[in-house]
Amino acid sequence: MNHSFSGGILFLDRDDINTDEIIPAKYLTEASREALKPYLLEDLRLDGFSPGRDLSGKSVLVSKANFGCGSSREHAPWALEVNGIRMVIAKSFARIFKQNMFNCGMMAVSLPEETMEELFRRFSGRSAVVMTDLDRSVFEFRSDTDLWKVPFTLTEFEWRMIRSGGWVNYADANY
Amino acid sequence: MGKTVVEKIMDAHLVDRLGEDMVVLRLDAVFCHEITTPLAIADLVARGKDRVFDPSRIKAVIDHVSPAKDSKTAMQGKTLRDWARRHGIQDFFDIGRNGICHALFPEKGFVRPGYTIIMGDSHTCTHGAFGAFAAGVGTTDLEVGILKGVCAFPRQKTIRIEVTGKLPEGVYAKDIVLSIIGELGVNGATNHVIEFCGPVIDALSMEARMTICNMAIEAGATCGICYPDETTLAYLWPFIRKEYPDRTHCLQDFQRWLPDADADYARVMVHDVSGLKPLVTFGFKPDQVQPAEQMQDVQVDQVYIGSCTNGRIEDLRIAADVLKGKRIQPKVRGIVSPATPSVFQQALKEGILEVFLDAGFCVTNPTCGACLGMSNGILAEGEVCASTTNRNFNGRMGKGGMVHLMSPATAAATALAGHIAPAERGGL
Repeated sequence: MNHSFSGGILFLDRDDINTDEIIPAKYLTEASREALKPYLLEDLRLDGFSPGRDLSGKSVLVSKANFGCGSSREHAPWALEVNGIRMVIAKSFARIFKQNMFNCGMMAVSLPEETMEELFRRFSGRSAVVMTDLDRSVFEFRSDTDLWKVPFTLTEFEWRMIRSGGWVNYADANY
Repeated sequence: MGKTVVEKIMDAHLVDRLGEDMVVLRLDAVFCHEITTPLAIADLVARGKDRVFDPSRIKAVIDHVSPAKDSKTAMQGKTLRDWARRHGIQDFFDIGRNGICHALFPEKGFVRPGYTIIMGDSHTCTHGAFGAFAAGVGTTDLEVGILKGVCAFPRQKTIRIEVTGKLPEGVYAKDIVLSIIGELGVNGATNHVIEFCGPVIDALSMEARMTICNMAIEAGATCGICYPDETTLAYLWPFIRKEYPDRTHCLQDFQRWLPDADADYARVMVHDVSGLKPLVTFGFKPDQVQPAEQMQDVQVDQVYIGSCTNGRIEDLRIAADVLKGKRIQPKVRGIVSPATPSVFQQALKEGILEVFLDAGFCVTNPTCGACLGMSNGILAEGEVCASTTNRNFNGRMGKGGMVHLMSPATAAATALAGHIAPAERGGL
């Protein structure tokens, strides 16, 4: 069992959460990743969501369609990482955001629409965690009353990024 | 089975395949600016890999915040400047010579049909107007691009959009692309390249084609591509004339980068613009568009004309035609930012800047400026901006601000009216 992509889940029930919402452009002048920490999801428009309260103790985001659209800024994955969030599960992702995540050795995983809907129905609004078993390619979602195992698939490129710790290491060794 | 443009470009640049879904491509150019590149440089230095694959293929500019506004942006500029010097990067554009990357680099002749280009900036898709595969990437991809001259991409499918009909008076490239994004949706083209073609695109200038390709990312596309033709040739000829015996040979060479007749498309759309009206976005997503005439009750505080979408000379001419001899509403703050020094000079020469100044606009130096809320022209909470930029995301131009995207003509008419208004009905 690999625990590095496991932990408490924050459900963000909205499509098209963009990179300006994940980390506003005014913070892109920061020279260190750690400096981004207080500003994650600062401008997110979502009823009842408060980053200060809701991000605490969460390691995984679960969201809807087209997560991470907009700017190419890798500051978005970095702002997640410095807040302890190393995985996003969503219905779909914008291309650049998804590749940025794997390039950094993190995970951005899409699940089928019906699976995503059931995931929201069964676990959203509850205190939920996910355990990620990389060896078996299975997510195990848990809440107080529920347990659900869901298989996932990664592409060969995505596996290589996770196993090599990111694209710089891989590319420098291979090209 | 024939190939689409991106398939031809990818095949010609293939270095490696990483499984069925990813290809590693050799890069013809790596573009850099001071927001996303300094972190790539810092990481390369920290890894003991402070090298560049080919200084002649790396182009760099300080454009997002220029002149520097504080110590942090001063340090970003310095990091890029020192790095360019250290590695002998000749094509580095500092203050006085710097403009918005996606306007400046084409002006300098750095793009060719069939090129592969990356940049740590999502609007890199603009350069597809020249028949290149140009894509925005994150800092890690940029870092590997700088170091190794390669980048990995998911295999791309292609959407072919044939733009037909007769473009009505007062309707421009910006309206065409807003209508296409409205039809595709903000993720309708994810992991796709869009080939923009047809008689309307053929008749457009390079500037207008860049406006259209610039916003391909707003539908999720990796790149927008126009077919290289005589218009492309005329724009690039000063830079490539020594490479060809004459123009005919050059055009023949460009044909390598046209799609095959039997190419396989994921989707083919015919987009007739004959009935198109000036469009404006109304929400926080670029696919939320409706005719400007239906939004005339929206009062505005600021009008911004500029950015990599609409800060070129053609855009300024269009806006100046609407503004000529008139004054904008006193309550409206008008800001115009010519995209590059040569756009600025040309506008000066043609009396366009005088028109803007007489109308009550503030003219700034070439910079990305207000577009992404990290330089000048930032909105206060609750303020509304009519803007020729490409993104209307919540908070984009300042926390609590609202951005409505539109063409330069509609933005100028809006400045005169004080509320959103199409130019054709101006009579103002």
